[in-house]
Amino acid sequence: MTSPFRTPQGGRVDRATTVEFTFDGQAFTGHPGDTLASALLAAGRHQIATSISLGRPRGIAAAWAEDPGGLVQVEEPFPEPMLLATTVELADGLVAHGLPGQGRLAEIPDSARYDAVHHHVDVLVVGAGPAGLAAALTAARAGARVALVDEQSEAGGSLLAGTERLDDAPALQWVAAAVAELADHPEVLHLQRATAFGSYDDGFVLALERRTDHLGAAAPRHLSRQRVWRFRARSVVVATGAHERPVVFADNDRPGIMLAGAARTFLHRYGVLPGREAVVFTTNDSAYDSALDLHRAGVRVQAVVDARPEGSPRRREECERAGIRVLAGAVVTGTRGVERVTHALVAPFADGEVGAGSAIACDVLLVSGGWNPAVHLFSQARGRLRYDAALGAFVPGEELDGLSVTGSAAGVPDLAGCLADGQRVARAALSALAIAPAADDRLPAAPEPVVPSAPLVLWRVPDTSGAEGSTSFVDLQRDATVADIARAVGAGLRSIEHVKRYTTIGTAHDQGKTSGVLTSGITAELLGVPVQDTGTTTFRPPYTPVAFAALAGRDRGRLFDPERVTALHDWHVTAGAVFEDVGQWKRPRYYPRPGEDMEAAVLRECAAARTGVGILDGSTLGKIDVQGPDAAVLLDRLYTNLMSSLKVGSVRYGVMCGVDGMVIDDGTVLRLAEDRFLVLTTTGGAAKILDWMEEWAQTEWPDLRVHCTSVTEQWVTFPVVGPRSRDVVGAVFPQVDVANEAFPFMTWRDTTLDGVPVRLARISFSGELAFEVYVNPWYAVAVWQRLLEAGRPYGITPYGTETMHVLRAEKGYPIIGQDTDGTVTPQDLGMGWAVSKKKPDFVGKRSFARVENQNPLRKQLVGLLPVDRRTVLPEGSQIVEFRADGQLPPPPVPMLGHVTSSYRSAALARPFALALVKGGRSRIGDTVHVPVNGTLVPVEVTGSVLVDPEGARRDG
Amino acid sequence: MQLIACPWCGPREEVEFHYGGQAHVPYPDDPGGLSDEEWAHYVFYRDNPRGRFAERWNHSAGCRRWFNAVRDTATYRFERVYRLDDPKPLATELATSRRNTAR
Repeated sequence: MTSPFRTPQGGRVDRATTVEFTFDGQAFTGHPGDTLASALLAAGRHQIATSISLGRPRGIAAAWAEDPGGLVQVEEPFPEPMLLATTVELADGLVAHGLPGQGRLAEIPDSARYDAVHHHVDVLVVGAGPAGLAAALTAARAGARVALVDEQSEAGGSLLAGTERLDDAPALQWVAAAVAELADHPEVLHLQRATAFGSYDDGFVLALERRTDHLGAAAPRHLSRQRVWRFRARSVVVATGAHERPVVFADNDRPGIMLAGAARTFLHRYGVLPGREAVVFTTNDSAYDSALDLHRAGVRVQAVVDARPEGSPRRREECERAGIRVLAGAVVTGTRGVERVTHALVAPFADGEVGAGSAIACDVLLVSGGWNPAVHLFSQARGRLRYDAALGAFVPGEELDGLSVTGSAAGVPDLAGCLADGQRVARAALSALAIAPAADDRLPAAPEPVVPSAPLVLWRVPDTSGAEGSTSFVDLQRDATVADIARAVGAGLRSIEHVKRYTTIGTAHDQGKTSGVLTSGITAELLGVPVQDTGTTTFRPPYTPVAFAALAGRDRGRLFDPERVTALHDWHVTAGAVFEDVGQWKRPRYYPRPGEDMEAAVLRECAAARTGVGILDGSTLGKIDVQGPDAAVLLDRLYTNLMSSLKVGSVRYGVMCGVDGMVIDDGTVLRLAEDRFLVLTTTGGAAKILDWMEEWAQTEWPDLRVHCTSVTEQWVTFPVVGPRSRDVVGAVFPQVDVANEAFPFMTWRDTTLDGVPVRLARISFSGELAFEVYVNPWYAVAVWQRLLEAGRPYGITPYGTETMHVLRAEKGYPIIGQDTDGTVTPQDLGMGWAVSKKKPDFVGKRSFARVENQNPLRKQLVGLLPVDRRTVLPEGSQIVEFRADGQLPPPPVPMLGHVTSSYRSAALARPFALALVKGGRSRIGDTVHVPVNGTLVPVEVTGSVLVDPEGARRDG
Repeated sequence: MQLIACPWCGPREEVEFHYGGQAHVPYPDDPGGLSDEEWAHYVFYRDNPRGRFAERWNHSAGCRRWFNAVRDTATYRFERVYRLDDPKPLATELATSRRNTAR
């Protein structure tokens, strides 16, 4: 399709190059430098989609991210929903279509790269318009480390949209010189296409850089598509400009109705005329620039409709010289047209009253209701806003430490003022950082500003159409109208936050950039209160939408969370292990043989450990080296049992509790020397228990001479388990006398294997005769294979965590965090024997004496045996009991407790479970019931130790 | 994201730190001598003021040292950090509120 609305020359697009794109199935052309919106307008197309709930045609209403109307779905090069036609840069092969408010996520994985960079600066300047460039130059010339970020494809800000002059030359010449000068400063980072979308504490600012989309197919594959910049700035200068806002009137949503400034942008920046016949409706002088520029470009400007009684005498004169009719004291009360505006309905307006109107034909209606400073980043940083009644807008209302606002974002009205203010703010920031400004700090001369006629603050034109505001759109994207605000206020809502949520105004992709202040103004009018009292809704990041893919960056897939693997991981993979995640660890769960499911594999592995020999990779076990003259004192204070009496060479099981007396971890402790212990924790508790020990040692007992450090990854641990384990370990470590008398249960011995230090410990988490083998991970595979070779005659069987769990549960050994939940004491677990009566105090002791902790009806750990000898009770199942008459109590049926662990046992030849049951130990021998799939399964309550309760097997 | 000034490492990102609750709540000298209620106050009860609060912080992803800070719970602002062996802040310091606190 041709581009009949492209001007013969001018604009910033590369007219020598043509790109082809498809919109709504139709082929179009444009130029590099175009946005999707400007290229569509060049073809004469305004309508993008229909609205979300009313289905009304909607078009391009602004020229950048404030556009409430032009949502598109991009299909090629990669599906992406909810983008704005005004911010999508044109690239060859782009395929897109308009969206009625809701998009569709890609159904295929995004193959693009996304990444993030941290950057630290003295001064971060957001916005490369006149004020931002002045600030950046001032800071750069002073030698400061500077970052300048701007969301457009090139620097210049408002200068890109106009015909301003600086130093008697086109202002963009100065922009180009400023950019070149910044590039010469080695400490300056200058990014275009980078939107600062979040401003946080202490100069932390997030920006999204769009790096490749505009390059189309030519984009280098190695470049990340988008990059999140994490700036930490000692000083932030916000020079984000201002958003024009419309005036609300009936049927103000038709395609062809756009902000006056946007039309000027399309003309000067893109070389595109928004239409052939224009009506301009304004409350201030700025829209006259659009009227005059469009007139000069050949657009027939039918009328400038100025709501101010006197209009602007000076601008009126300019218009009359150009032959443009100015209707002062008049407003647009409505429009005609369906898919495009065809007429503006214009009527006299005085003292808030609308007179009899007439229709003026037009194909584009330009509207300006004034300018809202883009205070988002300031407000996000919790800066307070002040309502400026003359501007009819909210401006920064206080000074913040380390963040200042300049230029039109601060309400500065003209070019000369913006340049001077940018420099002033930068100098103040430098001064606060004790950086001297440069001697030569010249900025270009701007023309003497002309004082404009005072603007009129007009939020809405009274609705004379009979629709009572129901077609007077405040938020076009949400189809929310003046009538909706009236309904909210009529429902008694007073807070602007409530009005927002009731009407949904400001909740779309544009977050109310054009509708927010209007809503405050209209709500204030309806309530009869000052706008200052209504205030604005809270500005929250992100300033513009950011894709989750960009926020995720490289932290996705395998890089989302670290995977920890043991030194034997490759061996496990080769052996066909099925892995499970234990925290960040990958642990073998079981090793299925061909044709085996988990149940069969685990029964086989369990049987091997109980009748022959099994071997486990227990390397993930937490290990803490506790050293110092007071190491034993610290452990005595943290464990419920006595550790100071442990002999060097021996091992003791211990339990740790919080101050509330509840179990937080358990494990064994090896005394390595008088002043040195190796504390073993659960896999999941390793980091937490080290933190716990550090906290007490640092904050309560800094007098203790003790140091704790993690050695989890310095040792691999292989439990060799079962009646034949002594044969295996004895064969591999011949220097060690493994006889029971020489190497008794709960002792450890150091030895070497080919000169490599190895530690052996008689610790059992299965009840079987067992030896734990500890060695440096470098030698893990070699030692593991020696053990396997030595075990081959006995059918040594590697087993995983599932078998480990079954074996320990058969012995009633709890897993802290599975069989406990933070409300369980050692006594509840039947481990009163591990609680010292001798020690005067330890963490948790005082809580054991609390009345509640003595309650015999506390939940206690017991075993459960399903009477049918078949059902494996689901973990987490509730436990109930029948009344004496054999009936269930009426609902709600009291719950006695729940199943915490449940397995099939090879040793018992039946399923069993562990459970926390109210008064459980007093119920041993009773039958209770567990609901499973709608039926009640009778189960017998037993002691928690189901296999080898007399402990006969541990010595082999 | 705030910067928190670790007394040992200087200003670091907030994500490197863990919060440790109210500072200056010492472990009782003689827990056995306390009533259940007194013990429960040590275990469970903490102040929750609006305004300045003396708190414990741990530079958990850095030097792993604990330290104390006076922080304004209404503005999140760290007024100062101090070492564990520095004296407890005076009530007058904690009573002083910045202007934002009243908001």
